[in-house]
Amino acid sequence: MTATRYRSRLHQAAPERRLETHPLTWWLHDDGRRVDLDDYVAKDGYGVVRQVLGREAPDDVTETLKAANIRGRGGGGFSAGVKWSLTLKGEGMPRGYLVCNADEMEPGTFKDRLLLEQVPHLLLEGMILGGYANASCYGYIFLRGEYVAAARALDQAIEEARAAGWLGRDIAGSGYDFDIALHTGAGRYICGEETALINSLEGQRANPRAKPPFPGQSGAWGKPTVVNNVETLCNVPAALRFGADWYQGLSGERSGDGGTKLYGVSGRVRRPGLWELPMGTPAGELLDRAGGLRDGRALKAWLPGGGSTGFLLQEHLDLALDFDTLGEAGSRLGTGLLTLVAEDQSLVALVRNLEEFFARESCGWCTPCRDGLPWAAELLRSLERGEGQPGDIERLEALAADQGPGKTFCAHAPGAAMPLASAIHYFRDEFERGIAGASEEVG
Amino acid sequence: MREPVREHLQSLASDGDGFVLDPDDRRAIEQERHHYEQPQAACIEALKIVQRRHGWVPDGAIVAIAETLGIGPAAVEGVATFYSLIFRQPVGRHVILVCDSSACFLTGYDTLRQALARELGLDLGETSADGRFTLLPVCCLGACDGAPALMIDDDTYGPVAPEDLAELLEAYP
Repeated sequence: MTATRYRSRLHQAAPERRLETHPLTWWLHDDGRRVDLDDYVAKDGYGVVRQVLGREAPDDVTETLKAANIRGRGGGGFSAGVKWSLTLKGEGMPRGYLVCNADEMEPGTFKDRLLLEQVPHLLLEGMILGGYANASCYGYIFLRGEYVAAARALDQAIEEARAAGWLGRDIAGSGYDFDIALHTGAGRYICGEETALINSLEGQRANPRAKPPFPGQSGAWGKPTVVNNVETLCNVPAALRFGADWYQGLSGERSGDGGTKLYGVSGRVRRPGLWELPMGTPAGELLDRAGGLRDGRALKAWLPGGGSTGFLLQEHLDLALDFDTLGEAGSRLGTGLLTLVAEDQSLVALVRNLEEFFARESCGWCTPCRDGLPWAAELLRSLERGEGQPGDIERLEALAADQGPGKTFCAHAPGAAMPLASAIHYFRDEFERGIAGASEEVG
Repeated sequence: MREPVREHLQSLASDGDGFVLDPDDRRAIEQERHHYEQPQAACIEALKIVQRRHGWVPDGAIVAIAETLGIGPAAVEGVATFYSLIFRQPVGRHVILVCDSSACFLTGYDTLRQALARELGLDLGETSADGRFTLLPVCCLGACDGAPALMIDDDTYGPVAPEDLAELLEAYP
């Protein structure tokens, strides 16, 4: 029975991983046990806190990060440095909060779990540096409630860091005070949207907020608030240790974006899993690492980074997995964890599954989302049963268009529209076969 | 205010089920307040504290939490009914969360859910007559390299084959 207990793991053993090339996972033990404070400090963990706090001006830290161009690894792709530079701070400004978004719930995404469970001190170090750069008075880790092992690892790490003086008053003699609390959630995908997350942190229903004001101006309790994803924050220490040029160089010629990425593959592949690779690694290389599809099946389609990204095809496997390249191809990098669909799997059924998910997880605030998503799911169910009516596909297209950016408060509905619209675009014939009588006509 | 809503809030306020907040839980909730600028922020954790002891959140607990935090019961109820892992009706001794997201869907979710339904005689959203299990759907569990996945209480399993279920469930009496 222990055989089926789930454990998060990386497919790269220690000899493959070096600090200069694998800044996120170099720290990990091969057996998956937590990197504790002693392990972390033995590899000069918290060395960047000592290097930066009280020695570099907060604005200089932000400038370095801006130049490194760490793009938001939660899927948004917005530069963390630019986000930090927009935080209100300075004389007369209240000091606010640095919030880590650890609400990993995007379908097909299992990367932050690894970092949280196995190298929590790397996250804490990134948060301390982020707190310092943004003049934050306090940090929160917003962790999804189901990540029980991660909660345990973070609790232990926070206690260790506090006892060793890496959290609390006058960190490393810098005069900077900062502490972190773990906040665990109680379900609902929408909590991952940064303004919904802030409402949830405040103990309210997780409805997203209207923007502007952006959280950097007015976030938690009206104070300037920075929300960054786990993987984004884990990139911060090495970027500040080695500098922006080094960070840019990590991806070599592969991408205009710097750094590495925790990529992953799931679906019916031989060897699903996680790898830390240069940003811009092509999907085909990941598919190879995953051993290809099971039973020698051909690839039908793939999602590059979660349920709210658009489907791509075999012909897109050579594209660099980065934000701009996939954006130009009509999809999004999202979280960078691939979901593969085999030739014998139904796209209509998969899209129905996705739209049912988005319908269930809508917070209900905006009409196109609250009413449009269940409608789309209903139409997809009837197409799946072969009972669709003429006009249903056009109706789905219209619903997807109504959920586009700008029609709703947040990105939930546009995210839901992406797999729907792209699936119809590439596999219209499969949807047409779901119209009642279609098979007879063909037959 | 719509009539059913008013009635519901009045029934909460009447504290008809005689709920008494455990002193340890009250202390834990008061402790939570210190982590935040405003007491409302502790309300999700307060609901979870009550739920850990009782398995679910009875009506009276809504009022007790509201009083402890100095906020209105409607604010607490609004939160309690929003979040999927706060249970406003009794659940079984063990809660099974079955991941129904894309990676699990592509690797045998339907078969697994049917096997669970056979094994337990339950569909999603139902609790067994003996009060042992409640079966619920959950957002992507972040275990996609071990799909199909499920959680039983605090434990995550994956990949789970239908033939693993009998032995797996035995560990949760």
